Amino acid sequence: MMDFPTILQILDSAVRLMTPLLLACLAGLYSERAGVFDIGLEGKMLMAAFTAASVAYATNSAWLGLCAGILGALAMSMIHGLAAITFRGNQLISGVAINFLASGLTVLLGQKIFGLAGRTPSLQGPARFGEITLPFVDALRPVPIIGPIYAELISGHSILVYVAFAMVPLTWWVLYRTRFGLRLRAVGENPASVDTAGVSVARMRFAAVAICGVLCGIAGAYLATGISAGFVKEMTAGRGFIALAALIFAKWRPWSALGATFLFGLLEALANRFPNLDLGIVTVPSMFMSALPYILTVVILAGFVGRAVPPRAGGEPYVKER
Amino acid sequence: MDRMPKWADVILTPLLSLLLAFAISALVIVAIGESPVEALKVMVEGALGSSYGWGFTLYYATNFIFTGLAVTVAYHAGLFNIGGEGQAAMGGLGVALVLLAVPWPHWALALPAAMVGAAVFGALWALIPAWLQAKRGSHIVITTIMFNFIAAALLNYMLVNVLRPVGSMDPASASFAASTHLPKISDMALAFGITWGKNTPANVSFFVAVIACLLVWLLIWRSRLGFEIRALGKSERGAVYAGISPVKITVIAMLISGGLAGLMAINNVMGEAERLVLNAVEGAGFIGIAVALMGRNHPVGVLLAALLFGFLYQGGGELALWTSVPRELIVVIQALVILFTGALDNMVRIPLERIFAALRRKGKA
Repeated sequence: MMDFPTILQILDSAVRLMTPLLLACLAGLYSERAGVFDIGLEGKMLMAAFTAASVAYATNSAWLGLCAGILGALAMSMIHGLAAITFRGNQLISGVAINFLASGLTVLLGQKIFGLAGRTPSLQGPARFGEITLPFVDALRPVPIIGPIYAELISGHSILVYVAFAMVPLTWWVLYRTRFGLRLRAVGENPASVDTAGVSVARMRFAAVAICGVLCGIAGAYLATGISAGFVKEMTAGRGFIALAALIFAKWRPWSALGATFLFGLLEALANRFPNLDLGIVTVPSMFMSALPYILTVVILAGFVGRAVPPRAGGEPYVKER
Repeated sequence: MDRMPKWADVILTPLLSLLLAFAISALVIVAIGESPVEALKVMVEGALGSSYGWGFTLYYATNFIFTGLAVTVAYHAGLFNIGGEGQAAMGGLGVALVLLAVPWPHWALALPAAMVGAAVFGALWALIPAWLQAKRGSHIVITTIMFNFIAAALLNYMLVNVLRPVGSMDPASASFAASTHLPKISDMALAFGITWGKNTPANVSFFVAVIACLLVWLLIWRSRLGFEIRALGKSERGAVYAGISPVKITVIAMLISGGLAGLMAINNVMGEAERLVLNAVEGAGFIGIAVALMGRNHPVGVLLAALLFGFLYQGGGELALWTSVPRELIVVIQALVILFTGALDNMVRIPLERIFAALRRKGKA
């Protein structure tokens, strides 16, 4: 029913679609592993997409856009840190607020600056991240199976896609092989022990929240200057929440995050390709495909298929003993 | 540290938080090159300056009362129900099914039936997250977020594939029979010979919402169940020690919460659109969070906060109509209200506590 080139095309599209999910998922992983719940991934990505597209348009440079995207998401992160860490407020409520803040501010500022009802002008040339052709594509192309996979699937993505994939081993290494990672995980499980060891819980958590902002910034920049050519109102379209779902699905682990976001990216690619997936006996409507990531996450959360246990101190502000 | 007097805790702190939120909103308006005073004038004029404005303000407020009460009831049980959006959407499905299935002869019969449909569908949509939280410890915030998206997909499917009348391209149900149309407040006023709010959507649901406020107050502070809900919310261990079943109370509180969110559909689906359309809730479920936070999770507070948000909504629409300020200004204000009254309230509380402690020491000396 599906030939090899079609499968390659779908996988290729899945890789593009999973990239923002993967970046946002890893972003949430740092924050939540440090004990700061973050349901504001969506808002951070949205803000980053807007600042990235605006600056990329103004400077005609995708790289400056990327920097602006990171700064935009970082600003949101710092608000979250201020509320969740400094003032020991409710992390979930702060996340909700950040989502709305980004949703409103991006349109308000966009309308003020560009006057296009919340859009930025479309980006061209160096204002976007172009596709990179990896070496030896032409030499390898005649090789059966591997050649097309290399040429179509692995090569020909924007640099940010490769950055996102590289972040997976890097995150694993940082979390499990460095002192910083050990402390970061400890802050999320038992902050008092870290405090006793003479490490500032607040500083560790701020560091985690900042990393979260940087990664969300890259994710947003990829959305606005990689996949699309500019910012559109509400362009994240729930991706922050799918990333959150993927994070739970992956049980807060980097390699599993790769698998979970690939699965969710694949679902989206399939839903795009086959609006009504005909499986012979039943026809699966596209609505079901788009709801599937959420349904799967609820099933995982329910603990019937492997239990997802969040970091123990997640969501709780740390109060130093006096 | 010494505690503050109760009035400072209940009134002063949220009021100062709110002022901060509005002050920053004013700065945002200045930043986009408009005058906050002019903007406020347009909003007050458009939302409160005429019975026409009030007719919309009350209509929006009705939605927010229901979703605000939904968040409130769950809050007292120590649960953060962020799924009001999905529950209200499912409530709309319940209303549509009830009204389309039976040829109701009169609205007075249709309304109670629609309320049951709305509440049951909303409550059922909260049941699975509630049960998962109570039995399996799945975080209710995450599950209710997921259920919002699942509800949106389900509703999309129902409207496109099931409820859409033959030959229609619109993803919407058929219109409800004229006999089920709820009386608008303007019609009711006209019956007394008063011309009020012609062509506005405020309808009899507003009074249902006000009664719901009273009932929720009775439930939370004057009933055994309410006591058990509050006991669970304060301390699960204490509740268990007192012989209260956390599973039972969690599920019941969420059923009530989901039911209240679902009830919103009698206003927007039955009262206004008079058919079920895609995305009928329009974010009212999320505004319920802001309303409950601002109203300090008290029905009177919720009523007042819902009126304020109704005003902001209608005023924001007028602002977008007459000035260059986009409607999204309201989303920013809403975000700031949630941020300052919900997440950053310690920013106001801690300095206030210090001031009161200092005053007390001075008084003693």
